[in-house]
Amino acid sequence: MSAATLRPGLTDRRTRTLVTPEGIAIKMVVASRGARFGALAIDLVLIVVLIFATTAGLLAVFGGISQADRMTASKSGVGLAVQFLFILWLAAMFLFRNAYFLFFELGPRGATPGKRLVGIRIASRDGGRLTAEMVLARNLLRDLELFMPIFMLLAARGGDMGGAGIAGLTWFLIFALFPCFNRDALRAGDLIAGTWVVEAPKRKLQAAMSLGGASRGEASETTGAAYRFGEKELSAYGEYELQTLERVLRENRREGIVSVHEAICTKIGWDPGTGDERAFLETYYTQLRARLEGNMRLGKRKADKWG
Amino acid sequence: MATGGLWGAGLFGGKAALQEAAITAAALRSDRFRQDREGDWKRLEAIVSRMESGRLRRIPDADLLALPVLYRTVASSLSVARETSLDAATLAYLEGLVQRAWFLVYGPRQSLWGWFKGFLGGGLSAAVRGIWFDILIALAVMVAGTAVGWLLVAGDPEWYAAIVPGNFMDVRQPGASHEALKGTLFGNTGQDGLSIFAASLFSHNAQIAILAFALGFAFGIPSLLLLVQNTALLGAMLWLYDGQGLLLDFTGWLSVHGTTELFAILLAGAAGLHIGRNIAFPGTRGVLQAASEAGQRAATVMAGVVLMLVFAAMLEGFARQLVDSTQARLAIGGSMLAIWLGYFFAFRGRGAEA
Repeated sequence: MSAATLRPGLTDRRTRTLVTPEGIAIKMVVASRGARFGALAIDLVLIVVLIFATTAGLLAVFGGISQADRMTASKSGVGLAVQFLFILWLAAMFLFRNAYFLFFELGPRGATPGKRLVGIRIASRDGGRLTAEMVLARNLLRDLELFMPIFMLLAARGGDMGGAGIAGLTWFLIFALFPCFNRDALRAGDLIAGTWVVEAPKRKLQAAMSLGGASRGEASETTGAAYRFGEKELSAYGEYELQTLERVLRENRREGIVSVHEAICTKIGWDPGTGDERAFLETYYTQLRARLEGNMRLGKRKADKWG
Repeated sequence: MATGGLWGAGLFGGKAALQEAAITAAALRSDRFRQDREGDWKRLEAIVSRMESGRLRRIPDADLLALPVLYRTVASSLSVARETSLDAATLAYLEGLVQRAWFLVYGPRQSLWGWFKGFLGGGLSAAVRGIWFDILIALAVMVAGTAVGWLLVAGDPEWYAAIVPGNFMDVRQPGASHEALKGTLFGNTGQDGLSIFAASLFSHNAQIAILAFALGFAFGIPSLLLLVQNTALLGAMLWLYDGQGLLLDFTGWLSVHGTTELFAILLAGAAGLHIGRNIAFPGTRGVLQAASEAGQRAATVMAGVVLMLVFAAMLEGFARQLVDSTQARLAIGGSMLAIWLGYFFAFRGRGAEA
């Protein structure tokens, strides 16, 4: 389970609702600036590795050609081959700088390897299709936002450019820091492309909660007791506590279960025993959920224990 | 129940029926709801995962056909679950699954290749025509820049050093002799390494063009400044060659690749300006919408600019050095210009609606 589901309060401010043509509201969580920075860092490292690998590979071929040169001594053929290698290298450098992001973001995942690793992707802001033009537009501005500030930073640090260097740096920093100044964390490229970056979580389907024997009201294997909770015990908690309890049960950590067991027993005025906490909690969870869901169908909801 | 049964029995066959019998019924109504539909959810998840990994060919046709149906089924499961279930993990799973499937159902349908065909077959021309007003502004600025460069240097040759970044070895300085200047224009046919020259020209020019475009974001003003700076250089050079009666020869030398390259730079500046102008004056649309419409049109133009610069670099690297007469050079440059103009403004392909 990701951090986002553990602490729902943190993602609320970043959640946007998008209504599909079928009329279904899909929740989009705008990717955090930290996640995007991390993704970018991973991509940059990958690009640098690719550049080094390509250069090393071409140098190795170059070495091979020089060897052949000594054996055959045919000058013009070798010259052409070396030229060709150099052109290949120039083209590769241009592509790494400009086409890396394009290539991956046009794929079915809409994400570069770095974005995939941190679980985010790009999407069209209006809910329509993500088109090639959008991906193109958002990546053409990368030069201005990313590479220019870095060059300016290096130039201004040297102090050769004086005031102009500082002014230029400030100017480019405005673009580099653009995502910090708007609600959806859009960078300038997203703004002109009509895209945004959202979380793309991948979750496994967890087991259903009410499959165990205890949930179905059978007697516990350890103690032989069958728990029954009345109206008073079940009205102590609401949906928030139910989902906390679900998390504790799914995580299945001994200390968590014991302390929650104790807290619930104290709250509903039961005497907390030991040894059968899990069966107790499973039963309490199932009966509380049955009650809350029953009320839900009637239109009555109880957000938490205060509600 | 109806949909779950349909897919469960119809597509999974006997195996699924056996599995279903093995599952003990859950105690909660919402969990039983989930048990009935789980098969569909997992099938959709499997299809989505395979499509995301890009192995489209290995997905059976039946699955591709089932995708939109399954997507709607699971989406309706989600809306029911939101109203009836308090199982947070299942809800989160469904939210994620519906979102992933939605991206695929409404995702980019075009491959890079499909886009490229539409781009060449009219999309580019339509985008260029769409920014005609900005092209006129950029053209005016470039002409003005050239004139300013010429007039400045004509008034005071000291300006030449400020406008043309050069080194002391370069013979192209004020006061250079007729022969020296002529030597820079003709007689370089035997040169080696032309292709490297062409490739580095391309990546340099393309990076400048991308910058001109990107700077347009700030209301277009920096794009215009970049255009003025580059054309002032052109104006100063024109003045220099004119002084020795070599204006026509210089124009020929320049036009081989210059008609293509200057046109590309013009388009890049205009594309930047287009974005800046739409952000500054969005009209009745919202600023964000105006920006994204202009941005997508301008991005198409920019892809064309990069393509033009490939041509320009090849012309500069090969044709200019290999063709050594002014008439032939002017003919090449002129016909390139005619080809571009015809392609952009007369050609209306299938992508004309863009």
